[in-house]
Amino acid sequence: MELTRQQVEQIAHLARLDLSAEEITLYQNQLSAILDAADRLTELDLDGVLPTARAVPMQNVMRPDRVEPSLPLEDVLYNTDHQASDQFVIQAILDD
Amino acid sequence: MTEYEGVIGLEVHAELLTESKMFCGCRVVDSVEEDPNRAVCPVCLGMPGMLPVLNRRAVEYAMRVALALNCTIHPHNIFARKNYFYPDLPKAYQISQYELPLATGGWLEIEPELGVVRRIGVRRVHMEEDTGKLTHTENGGSLVDYNRSGVPLLEIVSEPDLHSAEEAYVYATKLRQILRYLDVNSGDLEKGVLRVEPNISIRPKGTDQLNTRTEVKNLNSFRILFLATEYELERQANVLDNGGEIVQETRGWNEADKRTFSQRIKEDAHDYRYFPEPDLPPLHIDDAWIERVRAELPELPDAKIARYRNDWGLSRYDAELLADEKVTAEWFEAAVAAGGEPKAIANLLLNNLFKLMNESGQSLDEIDVSPEGLVALTELVEQQTINNNIAKSVLVEMFETGDSAETIVRAKGLAQVSDSDAILAAVQAAIDQNPAQVQQYLDGKDKLMGFFVGQVMRAMKGKANPGVVNQLVEQELDALK
Repeated sequence: MELTRQQVEQIAHLARLDLSAEEITLYQNQLSAILDAADRLTELDLDGVLPTARAVPMQNVMRPDRVEPSLPLEDVLYNTDHQASDQFVIQAILDD
Repeated sequence: MTEYEGVIGLEVHAELLTESKMFCGCRVVDSVEEDPNRAVCPVCLGMPGMLPVLNRRAVEYAMRVALALNCTIHPHNIFARKNYFYPDLPKAYQISQYELPLATGGWLEIEPELGVVRRIGVRRVHMEEDTGKLTHTENGGSLVDYNRSGVPLLEIVSEPDLHSAEEAYVYATKLRQILRYLDVNSGDLEKGVLRVEPNISIRPKGTDQLNTRTEVKNLNSFRILFLATEYELERQANVLDNGGEIVQETRGWNEADKRTFSQRIKEDAHDYRYFPEPDLPPLHIDDAWIERVRAELPELPDAKIARYRNDWGLSRYDAELLADEKVTAEWFEAAVAAGGEPKAIANLLLNNLFKLMNESGQSLDEIDVSPEGLVALTELVEQQTINNNIAKSVLVEMFETGDSAETIVRAKGLAQVSDSDAILAAVQAAIDQNPAQVQQYLDGKDKLMGFFVGQVMRAMKGKANPGVVNQLVEQELDALK
């Protein structure tokens, strides 16, 4: 399945990646190859097979509704240089 | 001019009242009261290497809602990543459900006008996590608080079966009532724990077209839901009547101007690039689990209203008031269980106790009058120890002092006088003292009977048995004819 150049540009935009023309060509080829590989699954007879999200046979891993300690505030904000009023400060978000 | 009807679906987000978050052990805190970023950890901050683990109680709360909304719960659940970039979401994706939601195909019955019952489809109920909270500052930046990030959230999507702002309002109000009955959500729209977003389009009345819709967000009361929906229906009709086209978009509500405004062009669903969440194994819900949760569901308002009317003979109006809040219904039922006569209890509760509570600003669980205490009061009336009017003043006293009805009646000497001799003496005194009124009565002014009854009751400080007073006044006056 061949992805169009526009589709690659759209994916890059959604992922906030700024790609050069060469990179778009590169990823167009690579992503198309990945889709082709996945497409081979359609050759299998999958009638009666549940949609499978993971290969490890494991289900219902849950925790009781019990409160555990949270992080101290200084650890929460440790990784940012931009903070005020105990919060992270970010630049204004402009919708596009 | 074309006549249109609304085609409205509601998307409701309800935070679940668990102790801890959806995928980590951080406390679920009041996001308005709590200081910022006090209930966060690597999981809800989206740190590399963190591993979310599902909160079992959140799943059960979600199941409660799904069952109360008559949905089919699916055995095979998987979680999905919904990818988008916004700073309220530190992972750059929200854990949600997409292709395999918890439950589908339910309904909720509403009665937008008396006698018109409409069944509104519930398309899906799915589990997800709430996002952090942004506060925009004056200098153009924003502050981010992640206390709310990862709080269990339920998305409840209706079919576009609602046709007017009124119906949207009634549906949302009823859904809120059910969530509160199920003890899974406080229903506080202003705190944002419950959020209602209508999808609105219009079509010529009588057709079954599905036209371009708009979505209105950030409506923090049901009143605003109503106003915004009404405004949007009218706006779309104007656009179409003037040959324009509806643009699919998200709109906000401007409270000052009472109008909706365009916020941004809506992204298509596939822009979120959903894919199965690899950190969470599938969730399998078997029938035994479903039946266990179903068995724990409380009786819901519609069933209560029907029971109050059919079994206890209450009026529709009273039954609805009593069933409106679970705390009221339970209080009322406790009184009936303690031997109270349902109508007598309903009367004193709705007409008198509620008035006292309004004046003092207290709720049923804060007052000193207990269901058993109110029953004891009604028993005094039933035994004719006191009459109805005295009962009302005794209730005021009970409310203010917390004393029992019996104590108050005894201490204040309020017990009703049924002794005919004492009442007869008062009747004769009233006749002797009011010769002019007696003459008018004898001349045919029958209404004056009430005047004499009033005189006797006053003389006996309201404690006389009204039945006996009526009988003796009539007897003595007739004897003069």
